[in-house]
Amino acid sequence: MINSVFRTKDGKLNTYLVIGASMAAVVIILSVLSIFWTPYSPTAMSAAQRFKAPTFAHIFGTDNFGRDIFSRVMKAIGTSFLISVFVVLISGTAGILIGSVTGYFGGIIDTVVMRVVDAINGFPSILLALVVISLLGKGRANVVLALAIAFTPSFVRIVRGEFIRLRDADYIIRARLMGAKKTRILFLHILPNIFSTFWVSVTIGFNNAILAESGLSYLGIGVQAPDATLGSMLSDAQGYLGTAPWYALAPGLTIVWMVLSAAMLSEGISRRKKGVR
Amino acid sequence: MTYILKKIATLIITLFLVSVLAFLAFQIIPGDVVTSILGTEATPEREDALRAELGLDKPPVERYINWATGVLRGDFGKSYRYSKNMNEMMPVADLIGDKLPVTLWLALLSLILTILISIPLGVLWAGTKNKFFDGILNVLTQGSMAVPAFFLGILVTYLFGIIFKAFIPGSYVGYKDDFPGFISYMIFPAIAIAIPKTGMTARFLRNSTLTELKSDYVRTAKSKGVTDGHILFKHVLRNAMLPVVTFLGMIIAEVVAGSIVVEQVFALPGIGRLLISAISTRDFPVVEILILYITMVVIIVYFIVDIIYRILDPRIRVE
Repeated sequence: MINSVFRTKDGKLNTYLVIGASMAAVVIILSVLSIFWTPYSPTAMSAAQRFKAPTFAHIFGTDNFGRDIFSRVMKAIGTSFLISVFVVLISGTAGILIGSVTGYFGGIIDTVVMRVVDAINGFPSILLALVVISLLGKGRANVVLALAIAFTPSFVRIVRGEFIRLRDADYIIRARLMGAKKTRILFLHILPNIFSTFWVSVTIGFNNAILAESGLSYLGIGVQAPDATLGSMLSDAQGYLGTAPWYALAPGLTIVWMVLSAAMLSEGISRRKKGVR
Repeated sequence: MTYILKKIATLIITLFLVSVLAFLAFQIIPGDVVTSILGTEATPEREDALRAELGLDKPPVERYINWATGVLRGDFGKSYRYSKNMNEMMPVADLIGDKLPVTLWLALLSLILTILISIPLGVLWAGTKNKFFDGILNVLTQGSMAVPAFFLGILVTYLFGIIFKAFIPGSYVGYKDDFPGFISYMIFPAIAIAIPKTGMTARFLRNSTLTELKSDYVRTAKSKGVTDGHILFKHVLRNAMLPVVTFLGMIIAEVVAGSIVVEQVFALPGIGRLLISAISTRDFPVVEILILYITMVVIIVYFIVDIIYRILDPRIRVE
């Protein structure tokens, strides 16, 4: 069963999916683990332990307050992961609701919604998030809301496209002739068939959510201190680049790791769909 | 011609809508501006005076009209936070004036770097039959897209600034004081912005070239005995470049957004840093103008790309 998930239709191993899933597994395990346990307290300071290069005791070294960087990175992965999950969950659900109705029914609502979606889509998402945050204020919940608003249009576009493609498929016309209710057609007949495409955009959304969240917290307008986030750690670390380069490398490479795992997963899923290697 | 006129009409309507939104959004936020400027200790008379001075005692529609006509005349309003000569409020135009060129130069340099590197790279990549070269480029471009702009900025600072000592981080000089010095400092933030965009564009060009290489006219040219190089440069590239033009238009919008973040990394006094500090201090007149300005740039770039596309591709002109 598990074996078949990681193989394509012609039986070859889907390398992208395997690598992506293993990288994502590390992220998920660390973020769940960070709720209960970190090697050291992420906020415990120690004057004697300042700027220690990576050793076995502190595998990512220590920062300017002598805090263990690995513990802080673990906490930060948890925060970043949780925010990204909520962002994708909210914008994905909104995308399905809006995209299914506009795509299936079309008409004037569709035209208006698509105009708005196009307008927002052309706009860099981090800027949009900045505007929303300047209206709502900083903080964890507002970051989620801002990014969810910024990402919804791309989900709407993809879901709508799939609903337009499927709304006149033979089996839908049959279902309609048999007198199936509209909600039944939308959510029981069409929705399950768009998921293969939808998962690809979910992973891409994840990818962008991680980048945008860390960007906002780097700029100091995301999640606020004392919570460690990858972006705020990088912005702190920047001042000590000459004395403690590992301080910047640890959160930076963690972001790269998280983004790559999402990118690999999306490539793997789309290859699985197409049935090529 | 009618097409262009129609496009210009939509352009103006969009700009109008954006200006309404940018203005209205900052009118509905909670909190009294006057209290936040004067503090809670101010007398009611002083508060009323300031309210009248800022035009906040008038109804929203009138305020919007005053603001919009002001913007059209070049009067961008006054900052809530910055002051001039201690007592007077700083006009937003003065705040933005000398910061704008910094951001524009940064965006321009990054765009030039992206085009100069990605286009030859994409073509070479599509043309190569070397598996190793193909694999390396695949990993490099995929990797470059996974690195956020600010981390790239930090890596560039570390690599070029601290290890190779090619520049001194934080030694920014104004473009008015020392232009060559300014450009040689700006090259490094531009590299940080250009790297992921180069990766994306090269990938995109490679894919569009490979798609074109599969088409019928290439097979015909091959069977006529035309050389591979001639097919690639004379036949395929002309078609493969078309989608890249649209793609580069999107890249420009991304570059503008990217400069906001990268300005922060390299401590450049551009509009990105101004925007961030204005958001942090809730200096709404400044935020409004900057949002309006950036949106305008993005919309106009899309408009120009659209026109260029029609000029390049005669098939679209015939409808």
